[in-house]
Amino acid sequence: MATLTLSDIRKSFGATQVLHGIDLDVAEGEMIVVVGASGCGKSTLLRIVAGLETPTSGAVRIGGRDVTALEPADRDIAMVFQNYALYPHMTVFENMAYGLKIRGIAMPEIRRRVADAAEMLEIGALLDRKPRQLSGGQRQRVAMGRAIVREPKLFLFDEPLSNLDAKLRVQMRAEIRRLQKRLGVTSLFVTHDQVEAMTLGDRLVVMHRGRAAQVASPMEVWGQPADTYVAGFIGSPAMNFLSATLAGNGRAAELKAGPTLPFADGTRPGGDGAKITIGVRPEHVLQAETPDALPLAVELVEPLGSETVIHGRLPGGEALVARLPLPASRIGPTLPVLLPPEAWHVFDGEGRRLPAGG
Amino acid sequence: MSTGTIPRGSLAQVTSAEDAALARATARRQARGRLVAHAVLIIGVLIFALPIWLTLVGSSHDVSTVGRGDVPLWFGSHAVENYLSALLTGGQSRVARGVPVWVMLWNSMIVAICIAAGKIAISLLSAYAVVFFSFPGRMVFFWLIFITLMLPVEVRIIPTFEVMVNLGLVNTMPGLIIPLIASATATLLFRQFFLTIPDEFVEAAKIDGAGPLRFFRDVVIPLSVTNIAALFVILFIYGWNQYLWPLLIVTDKDLETVVVGMTKMIGGGDAQNEWNIIMATAVLAMLPPVAVVILMQRWFVKGLTETEK
Repeated sequence: MATLTLSDIRKSFGATQVLHGIDLDVAEGEMIVVVGASGCGKSTLLRIVAGLETPTSGAVRIGGRDVTALEPADRDIAMVFQNYALYPHMTVFENMAYGLKIRGIAMPEIRRRVADAAEMLEIGALLDRKPRQLSGGQRQRVAMGRAIVREPKLFLFDEPLSNLDAKLRVQMRAEIRRLQKRLGVTSLFVTHDQVEAMTLGDRLVVMHRGRAAQVASPMEVWGQPADTYVAGFIGSPAMNFLSATLAGNGRAAELKAGPTLPFADGTRPGGDGAKITIGVRPEHVLQAETPDALPLAVELVEPLGSETVIHGRLPGGEALVARLPLPASRIGPTLPVLLPPEAWHVFDGEGRRLPAGG
Repeated sequence: MSTGTIPRGSLAQVTSAEDAALARATARRQARGRLVAHAVLIIGVLIFALPIWLTLVGSSHDVSTVGRGDVPLWFGSHAVENYLSALLTGGQSRVARGVPVWVMLWNSMIVAICIAAGKIAISLLSAYAVVFFSFPGRMVFFWLIFITLMLPVEVRIIPTFEVMVNLGLVNTMPGLIIPLIASATATLLFRQFFLTIPDEFVEAAKIDGAGPLRFFRDVVIPLSVTNIAALFVILFIYGWNQYLWPLLIVTDKDLETVVVGMTKMIGGGDAQNEWNIIMATAVLAMLPPVAVVILMQRWFVKGLTETEK
């Protein structure tokens, strides 16, 4: 149990810079999920915390201790790997005990810790098996167990659920969360799966091209995305982006699709005519037979059961995805839709969030 | 529905007389194919087995039968005395030389085991260094090792002999063994295998706090067991069959290996060659490699075909 502080972590591989200065403060017992598309630098960041990579500059502090120059074994951490990295020639017990044995912990103590962890993970019956005799979910548990017995200050998870099938993934996700809460160990969890990120994290770090695009709680990331990248990355189907210009002294947006609509929450800075982007989540698009509704030319209808996802084009040619509680059979070639200003996310020309006021 | 017996292996479901005829034709064709395949295999086996059979049979006749130039095809009645004579004295005409075959077999055994074990130890270590450590000139060293693949013992035999002379290792067991120990082939094979060990194992071991030697002993070696066994078989036979180097470096009869010793039994000069004894020696010389292959066959096949992870 410890805090984790990253200050200005930078990393270059040769001429390519993959991390452009990451700052992060993780509180004791907090679960931080680092999420981003592949190649965004999230795994490199985790490996730097683990000590498997050396940062080009910056410092890693665990529990206040500067561990930047220390070996992984001396950092008091445990890591769960994507492919579990269980030694195939050792039994489950030996796998879990290996790190403790090297540390020179006495056998009775090792047995006690392994038994405790095995009970917690319900793998007590598997201790004498080899990894190849286990199912994916069981291997996952053993990998967790190997981390738990270390009683580390910090858990590191490197996409540990991506090798599991969908159903098991949901189950293990909940289990990891429960376990982490119960043990209260500060954790860093790397994933590319936004659902995993939303459900697991106390806070998310959304990474984009080696930078932390946003560090905030899941609901804040969803409700107030810092830029168009975060807005598009979190949420499924992804947020719609519509081009528009400021109008009415910053009180309204003139959509490319036609209408000029006033902001619901106040004025935006910047002169009239400035380029802005309006983001609307598919689930916030409304269907309405009112005169000011926009006709959406429907191109594709995806029924999800209780809801239907409609892909179409607005007047002016911009694509729009709507998620409506309508049966697919009720959707004709055009659908009148409203884009309620209360649900808008307003971004400036560079894609940064443009808050109301000012 | 069936009209007559449907031959095994025919895929078509027989629904008419025409299809039945087709199925029968297919079955005939398959039977013919099997016949040809077996014929080829049997001829191959005969070609390989016949010399061994003749040796085996020849070693059971008395010296005059084989010496006359007759080639008997069935066993004679002198097997026991021939083998005992070979093992204990090396044959009558060699009494002067006085090297019993059991001494030669013993020498060959030591040489083959030491070469195999030494090659495996050295190449495991060098492959480990080349794969898991990054040090300046790593690839240079790898290519240096790799290039020696192109230089067989015969090419470097004169400088090697010179070195052995300077070290005073001529006519010694170490002189017989050491120059044959370095092995680019084994290093290369282990390197290829080590490259398949996932990086995560190395990283997990780092987090577990296992140092390089510990990782080598606890993870790399256990994972390489089948490969080591397979290589042992190959290298044992390689060591056992060495001819040119032992012929050069050893003149002391007590250090003679069986492959060299056997050829020395075939003398020129006035004495008649005791072909029955020589054949018995040849059979004896074949036994240890055969035993190694049979005993380690399961691992051997596993090591060369399977990558278990």
